[in-house]
Amino acid sequence: MAGQTLYDKLWSRHLVKERDDGTALIYIDRHLLHEVTSPQAFEGLRLAGRKPWRLDTNLATPDHNVPTTLKERSEGNAGIVDPVSRIQVETLDDNCTSFGIEEFRINDARQGIVHVVGPEQGATQPGMTVVCGDSHTATHGAFGALAHGIGTSEVEHVLATQCLIQRKMKNMQVRVEGELGLGVTAKDIVLAVIGKIGTAGGTGYAIEFAGSAIRDLSMEGRMTICNMAIEAGARVGLVAVDETTVEYLRRRPFAPSEEYWDAAVADWRELVSDDDAPFDKIVELDAAAIEPQVTWGTSPEMVAGVGAQVPDPAAAGDETVQRGVSRALEYMGLHAGQQITDIQLDKVFIGSCTNSRIEDLREAAKVAEGRKVADSIKLAMVVPGSGLVKRQAEEEGLDKIFLEAGFEWREPGCSMCLAMNADKLGTGEHCASTSNRNFEGRQGYGGRTHLVSPAMAAAAAIAGHFVDVRDFGAEGAANDDSQVQEA
Amino acid sequence: MRKFDRHQGLVAPMDRANVDTDLIIPKQFLKSIKRTGFGPNLFDELRYLDEGYPGQDVATRPLNPDFVLNQPRYQGASVLLARRNFGCGSSREHAPWALEDFGFRVIIAPSFADIFFNNAFKNGLLLITFDEATVDRLFQEAEAEEGYRLDVDLESQQVITPSGETLTFEVDAFRKQCLLEGLDDIGLTLKDADAIDDFEKRHRQARPWLFRQAG
Repeated sequence: MAGQTLYDKLWSRHLVKERDDGTALIYIDRHLLHEVTSPQAFEGLRLAGRKPWRLDTNLATPDHNVPTTLKERSEGNAGIVDPVSRIQVETLDDNCTSFGIEEFRINDARQGIVHVVGPEQGATQPGMTVVCGDSHTATHGAFGALAHGIGTSEVEHVLATQCLIQRKMKNMQVRVEGELGLGVTAKDIVLAVIGKIGTAGGTGYAIEFAGSAIRDLSMEGRMTICNMAIEAGARVGLVAVDETTVEYLRRRPFAPSEEYWDAAVADWRELVSDDDAPFDKIVELDAAAIEPQVTWGTSPEMVAGVGAQVPDPAAAGDETVQRGVSRALEYMGLHAGQQITDIQLDKVFIGSCTNSRIEDLREAAKVAEGRKVADSIKLAMVVPGSGLVKRQAEEEGLDKIFLEAGFEWREPGCSMCLAMNADKLGTGEHCASTSNRNFEGRQGYGGRTHLVSPAMAAAAAIAGHFVDVRDFGAEGAANDDSQVQEA
Repeated sequence: MRKFDRHQGLVAPMDRANVDTDLIIPKQFLKSIKRTGFGPNLFDELRYLDEGYPGQDVATRPLNPDFVLNQPRYQGASVLLARRNFGCGSSREHAPWALEDFGFRVIIAPSFADIFFNNAFKNGLLLITFDEATVDRLFQEAEAEEGYRLDVDLESQQVITPSGETLTFEVDAFRKQCLLEGLDDIGLTLKDADAIDDFEKRHRQARPWLFRQAG
C-alpha cells in the first residue's frame, strides 16, 4: 500500500464519520476566536438554545479592531474610539463570559493577533485540527497541525458540535531545496511560490511545504510561509514535525504537561509524509534563485524580484489576465517598465499575522539600527503580534532602535494589515507592508500596498523607496548612507 | 436557511477575475454584529464614488455609473456572472451575506475560492462552475441581449438560457440536499452526536494531552 501524506494522516486521525454523499465529519481539537467573525455564531447558538460542545478547546482574543496607540489602549475597551468597533470587542467579552470561554482581553499581556497567540501559548500543537473564523488560520499548519479558516456558520457549527462537515482535499507538495541567499527570508519564499502557482494555484489542495530550505527555517519562518498558503488559494499549509517543532513547544503554557510530554512527542514524530506518499501535484523551487520579493499589483501573485521592472500587461497571459494587470497598474499608479526600486513610498507597516513575531522584529531592527527613516515617509510603524512579543522586543531593546530611527512603536493587534482600527492608508498612498494582502482598498480606501519581508520594509523606510536589502549591509549602518542613496 | 429549488433571474456580468472578499464587502462593514443589512454596501468601493462607512444613508452617496450593478439594464439582477477565482481572500461570511442581502441567488464562474464557496452554500446561494469557454459565451450573450435571464433548476442541475439551450452543472450531493430542503447543518450533525461522543472518548484515551480539563 502506498504511504500517506502528512495531510492524509491528520485527516484520518480526526475522521468521526464518513457519509455516503462523500462528506465526512471531522473532529476539531482547537478553536480560536476573535471579535469579527464570532458574534453572529454566538447569537445563533443562543437563538437555537445550544451550548458549546466542549469548552476547553476554545481560546479567544480581540485583535482586528483594537487600537494600537498606548493612549487609547491604556483605557481598555473604553479607549476604542469607534463605537461600532468597541461594541464588537465588548460583544466578544460578553459572549466569552456567558458561555465560559477562555479569553485574553484587550490589555492582557497575552492578547495579540490570534495566529500569533495560539502558537506562542503552545495552544497550537502537532496533530491537532485547528480552526478559526479567519483565513490566515493556515498559519498553524507550520506545526504539523491541520489548520484552516472557516466562515461564521462553521464557527457556530464547531461551537455546537466540535466537528466540521468536510470533503478531503487533494495533496500538493511545494519543495524548496537549497540555501536562501543572505537577506532572503521565509516571506520571500512564500511570495515566490504564489508568484509561480498563482492565487488560485492551490485551490482544492492542502499544500505541504518541504525541502531543505523549509527544514532550515525556524518555527516563525514556517508560520510565515503557511500563513500565506491561502494567498495561493490553499486553505491548508503544512510543514512536517521535526526537532525544531518539538523544541519550540517545550514548556509553553498550553503545551502537554510533563506527565504526557514524552508520549506527545513520540506521537508527533509520526507527523511526516511517508517517503512513498503520493502527491497529486508537486511544485519545485530553487531557494538560491529566490530574490527579495515585492508585489507591484493588487493580488499577491502580482509579485517580482526587487531587481525587476513592473511588467507590461500586453505580455501577461490571456485577455482576462491582461485586463487584470492593466487595472492593477492603474490602481497602483505604476507603469510598465518602471523599476521596482523607483517606487516611492509614503508609509511603512511592519506587523500582521504574517510577520509580527520576535524574529521578524529582530530582522527589521537589524536594518533600522543606526539609521533614520527617510523624510518623505509620513508614517513608519511597528506593531508587535502580541503583548508577549512586545515585551520580549523591549527586553532586547528593539523598541529603542525603532524609535531612534523614527518608527512608531505600537501596541499589539492586526492594525493596518486590514485597517479595521484607526491605522490605515490614505487614498493614493504607497505602503511597504509586511502583511499578506495587497487587494484594492485593503489597507485603506484607495491605498496602495506592496507586500515585502520585514527587512525589506525596514530598508524601504530608510531609503524612502524600495531597495535591495542585500545591498544594505547590517554592519556599519551609520556610515553607509551613500550606499543607500545609490541603491 | 432559505430553500433553493428553481430560480429564474436577470443576469449581471461582472467581468473581472480574482474578485476578493475585501472587494465584495470592505472591512469597515465587518464591525456589525448582525448577519443582515450588508446589501447596500456590496462591492462598496466599486459601486460608489466616495468612501463608505457603517450606518451611512447610501441613498445620498454618488454612484459610479460605470459599475455594472449601477446600470439601469441590470437593476433587479439576481444571477451574477463572474470570472475565475471569485471570492478569494478572507473567510468573512459577510461576503455571501452581502450578496444574498443584495438579492443574488446564483453565481456562475469558471472557479471559486474554497472558503467563499463553502460559506455561500451555507447561506442559500447556489454557486455554479462552468468551464471558461461556456462562461465566456454567457458573458457575450448577457452583454449583447438586454433583459438576459437564466432559468436555474437545482433538482435537474440545469441552467436554461433564453434561446432554450440547456447547460448541465455539477453540485455536491450534500450541498444540493441542504439547499433543496433549507436544512440547518448543525441539526444534521447533532443527529450523529453519539458518533462524536464515541470518537471523543477514543481520542482522549489515545491523546490525553489534547484535553486540558477532566470531564
